[in-house]
Amino acid sequence: MRIDRRSFLQLSALAGGGLALSLYRTPLAAAQRAGAGAELTPQTFIKIAPDGVVTIMAKASESGQGMRNMLPMLIAEELDVDWKDVRVEQAELNEKIYGPQFSGGSANTPQGWEPMRRVGAAGRQLLVTAAAQTWNVPVEECSTEHGRVLHKGSGKSAGYGELAAKAAALPAPALSSVKLKDPKDYHIIGHSQAGVDTRAIVTGKPLFGIDVQLPGMLYAAIEKAPVFAGKVKTANLDEIKAMPGVRHVLVIDGGITPAAFTPWEPGMEPGIAIVADTWWQAQQARKSLKVDWDLGPAVVQSSEGFAKKAAEMLQAAPGTTVHKYGDVDAALKSSAKVVEATYEFPFIAHVTMEPQGSTAHWKDGKLEMWSTSTLPVDGRGLVAKTLGIKESDITTHMVRSGGSFGRRLQNDYAVEAAWIAKQIDAPVKLLWSREDDVAHDPFRPGGTVGLKGGLDAQGKLTAWRHHLVTFGDAKHSTSGGGIGGDSFPSGFPPAYALYTSAQPLMLRTGAMRAPGDNAYAWVAQSFLDEMAHAAGRDPLEFQLELLSNKKAPWSSAEHDAVGDHEPTGQSVLIPERFKGVLELVAEKSGWAKRAKEPGRGMGIAAWFCHLGYFAEVADVSVDAQNKVTLHRVWAAGDVGSQIINPRAAESMGFGGVIDGMAEMGQEITLADGVIQQSNFHNHPVMRMRQAPKIEVYWLKTDYSPTGLGEPTLPPVLPAIGNAIFAATGKRIRTLPLKKSGFSWA
Amino acid sequence: MPLKLTVNKVVMTVDAAPDTPLLWVLRDVLDMKGTKYGCGMGICGACTVLLDGKAVRSCMTHVSAAVGQSITTIEGLSPDGLHPVQVAWEALDVPQCGYCQAGQIMAATALLAHTPHPTDAEIDSAMSGNICRCGTYPRIRQAIHEAAGAATTSK
Repeated sequence: MRIDRRSFLQLSALAGGGLALSLYRTPLAAAQRAGAGAELTPQTFIKIAPDGVVTIMAKASESGQGMRNMLPMLIAEELDVDWKDVRVEQAELNEKIYGPQFSGGSANTPQGWEPMRRVGAAGRQLLVTAAAQTWNVPVEECSTEHGRVLHKGSGKSAGYGELAAKAAALPAPALSSVKLKDPKDYHIIGHSQAGVDTRAIVTGKPLFGIDVQLPGMLYAAIEKAPVFAGKVKTANLDEIKAMPGVRHVLVIDGGITPAAFTPWEPGMEPGIAIVADTWWQAQQARKSLKVDWDLGPAVVQSSEGFAKKAAEMLQAAPGTTVHKYGDVDAALKSSAKVVEATYEFPFIAHVTMEPQGSTAHWKDGKLEMWSTSTLPVDGRGLVAKTLGIKESDITTHMVRSGGSFGRRLQNDYAVEAAWIAKQIDAPVKLLWSREDDVAHDPFRPGGTVGLKGGLDAQGKLTAWRHHLVTFGDAKHSTSGGGIGGDSFPSGFPPAYALYTSAQPLMLRTGAMRAPGDNAYAWVAQSFLDEMAHAAGRDPLEFQLELLSNKKAPWSSAEHDAVGDHEPTGQSVLIPERFKGVLELVAEKSGWAKRAKEPGRGMGIAAWFCHLGYFAEVADVSVDAQNKVTLHRVWAAGDVGSQIINPRAAESMGFGGVIDGMAEMGQEITLADGVIQQSNFHNHPVMRMRQAPKIEVYWLKTDYSPTGLGEPTLPPVLPAIGNAIFAATGKRIRTLPLKKSGFSWA
Repeated sequence: MPLKLTVNKVVMTVDAAPDTPLLWVLRDVLDMKGTKYGCGMGICGACTVLLDGKAVRSCMTHVSAAVGQSITTIEGLSPDGLHPVQVAWEALDVPQCGYCQAGQIMAATALLAHTPHPTDAEIDSAMSGNICRCGTYPRIRQAIHEAAGAATTSK
């Protein structure tokens, strides 16, 4: 199946979450283009042994979202085999035969749903054809079940294993021509299947990037400047070379020129690579390094300076109008009541459990990489460019990683490992320490938002003015800092304006799970709650009424104004689906009959991103020291007609909630250009004792299935903030919580 | 310097500086990759192993301190992957990314060894030193209860 322009547009739109989040969308779109010419065949994805064991290739990277299960399950279902007979094998990077190979933007489900099922159905058709030819009976009289082809008339039957050799030699049918199953006949899709790597995980088998082991392999650690892109002037290199186990000490000049806008994948950061017989020896040698750094221009940056500048920019005329309709200023002026607020959210780091790292081997002019990247095609391109070698001389093995959350869409660690490997002519495994991982993260950028909302005498929303102060230059927002013109509540208030302004940032930023949305949902859904309270109305009722206001469908001019869009309209917020999850979560949480008592409260919020709709209700209590306990969360999601792997889907829901909770307590700050946080003690994630009870409910609708990694997360932040307001009457307008006087119990 | 270790009931001699963290001896000298590096300061639990049955952070334990004690890692928890904790973890498909799970399983094993039927509060107390960035806590809790049940019925 060719990935046509329509699919490309669909992916482009969904990968961004908001339609215009181009700085997240661009890298994924590039990967999509790389795989766009692929002619997918069943022979590429499916291997059947004579004993009937079926091997299905998993094409996407795996970092915990269950992609090694989900995509092969789609193939297995239509191939009509039993899941117990399936073995899943990780494909190498070869997008010419596998199509796009990345895991990001919750894109694998919508992107894989149709093509992967068709690959399986085409495989089945080949097996049926092989059987029909063997038995000399019409194809139409043959059926399949449990990995066998049956012919009722003659009573003949054959296992797929017996037919495989013949089937593999037949020409593959056009994927568009094959018939797909009626969903009521699914026996794999919609049935929970354990993770294909679960046994290996619980028995401690080597599986992750950090576990890669090659004969003669050396280990590398890199010391970088405390300030972004700072360069080595001089260092005691000879002394380090003489330390136990140390084999090489290499100065990396890097390729970054700090500027107001730091692009996606800005290049290698300068530093000193120490290569040793063991990683611990490399780390020990690092402690004796004495480096005179040229810290460069980023040394002047500080969180204090950012805040001061943002406050100034908020008062000034906005730099860019992202989207507007109606006369928002006039509508505010004539409103019976105007609410004004400023929201601030901090930089945060990804802190994947497995710190960044990569393994590479340069030999005879060819490079072999073992990469945990979730966007490995980008990595291959970057390595080729940085090392001055051909992409065709690079082999990329895709290795499971210990978490990504958007972090591994960037390939900085992979380029570093490749660069070191080329210098030393030996296999090398680079591993960042946790401290490296925090200090050199492509952070979720912080932001400051000025909001004005108007209400008429009946308590209806009249206008919404939204000014985001982010980072970047006059032309670009920093990666992960853009906002789409369709960002909720765009399209609903009678008058609306979304503006951005950007201040310079010499720092790597990137995509964090539900990029943009992880902050903008909190801002918009918190302020909407403020508006509802200002109107003296129930927040749910207020929001449901607003959702009935949308001019639908948007005019094509309005679509064009906010970027491209998917022709079915699935990528544009569909109010009925948004309302649907709100109503479901209200019912499940007993919203209408919730108890109202001092110190305890419930909050509700919903969001649409990456084609998925989630509404969540949080139940919190707040003690006399303003310590917040999250007791319970109800989540309702609409990701279309089919939940492919239900237990794994529910786990994604649990994870989104707990991850969102953690984001409310995290903060990365800078002083004199230096990141002030270093490890889990000062950039914490949630712990077992803090995890709430979580219930996840699905609203099945007729839309095509979409992904879950991202949309589960955004609503929980405002739901918690709104619950804290219900409990205390205090509004959380600044994150992390401690800056608003609260903390997690 | 040669040191004599007992790892998963096997006595072995390793050559490492005595102050090398046990974690790195296990991973890079003995090539046992199941035990994971997460923070290097004993606050995430990814490196949890058992020393004489007690859960310790191997990233903060000098290899010399483990001499003379019985070291149990995820690889040695059971010969066949059928320790009740492993069985429960697999039955409930606990892992997401899976990176922290070896440490979680070792911590849960230590908990169940002295508290065969832990309450939620006891689970919170024993398991809160082990971070799961993916948020598998609800599944871990469920799996510990399940393993506790299995441990009872299998005896």
